[in-house]
Amino acid sequence: MAKPMEQYKWHELNAGCVIDEPGSASEYKTGSWRVQKPVWDDSKCIKCGVCWMFCPDAAIYQKKDGYFEANLDYCKGCGICARECWPCAITMVEG
Amino acid sequence: MIMPNIELYAANVIPKEEYAVSGHRACQGCAEILAVRLALKALGRDTILTMATGCMEIVSTPFPTTDWKLPWIHVAFENAAAVASGVDIGLKILMKKGKVKKSDINIVAIGGDGGTSDIGLQSLSGAFERYHKFIYICVDNEAYMNTGVQRSSSTPFGAMTTTSPPGKLSMGQPTWKKNMVKIAVAHNIPYVATACPSYPFDLIEKVKKAKMADGPAYLHILSVCPTGWRTASDLSIRYGRLAVESGVFPLYEVENGTYRLSLNPEPLRPVTDYFKGQGRFRHLTDEYIDKIQKRTIKEWEDLKTLCGVK
Repeated sequence: MAKPMEQYKWHELNAGCVIDEPGSASEYKTGSWRVQKPVWDDSKCIKCGVCWMFCPDAAIYQKKDGYFEANLDYCKGCGICARECWPCAITMVEG
Repeated sequence: MIMPNIELYAANVIPKEEYAVSGHRACQGCAEILAVRLALKALGRDTILTMATGCMEIVSTPFPTTDWKLPWIHVAFENAAAVASGVDIGLKILMKKGKVKKSDINIVAIGGDGGTSDIGLQSLSGAFERYHKFIYICVDNEAYMNTGVQRSSSTPFGAMTTTSPPGKLSMGQPTWKKNMVKIAVAHNIPYVATACPSYPFDLIEKVKKAKMADGPAYLHILSVCPTGWRTASDLSIRYGRLAVESGVFPLYEVENGTYRLSLNPEPLRPVTDYFKGQGRFRHLTDEYIDKIQKRTIKEWEDLKTLCGVK
């Protein structure tokens, strides 16, 4: 969207509740919901991608070197990645 | 070179493109949006989504934003399947008139368990009967979660919800879960399957099969809801696995009336393994657990007979 969501007036919105911008929900950063964040230990990581596959928020991405990292703008800190990582490379820490 | 342990790296073969982007407002540890995310990866970009009211509609499209990178329409609670049939016929006419290029477009209707087995059942049954080519995905979290955990006909026996509270005179939900899969099979449609996001490759394969079906296809996906089931948010995937391994939610598919088990979890775990840790079952006494265990085993044996597994 051209400007932040809260600056829109009602008459500037499309009639019929038509949203013409795909994927615009990314404007809203869900990272503030988080209590704990996942931290990767790259010495244990085998780059299998299980964390990426099971992330409900699609917040985990693969870095150029093949290891994974969470996008902290969107990570809600549910802990699924740490629980499902079977080489135990992910720990949840406060922050 | 043959790579050893190829299945360990298999996550890398899942399509990378995201159609349900970050920024949706689903609860922490929601397996339902995960199921939809994986299903959309399998469907690809030539897809039109119609959605019934429910968790997925509420969390994904707070106006004026949308979580989807695909054409998406929401009309009312009860008519996701009716809208999908309209889209199917509309596309056929437009292609006939040459206004839309002839191509294979997937039409997908998504509903929760309330929007499928309670409110949307009549429109779903009608769409199956008219034999529209579309996929119906029911993401089943076993109650009306977005309005605050009210019971639906898909809530399992004994579960605590706000409208079936346990106490001195009640033990939770008094009725058994409605078998939506059997209702869909009874319509003689080409493809019906159950899936769970805890088994992502199975889910993706089933969505791809549903895409190929020559007529309506129905997918019933169990999705763990940490908020309504009163579980920890990091255990969502594990509870899905336990549901399958204890026989509460077996994974199978029905192709043109032929049953096939996708996964045989025998020997079955006791249902207490699945119930342990779930706040909605913590009030159950041994008597009721025994009753549920017996029913689960009976249903599992019936399913094995249907699938021809000894």
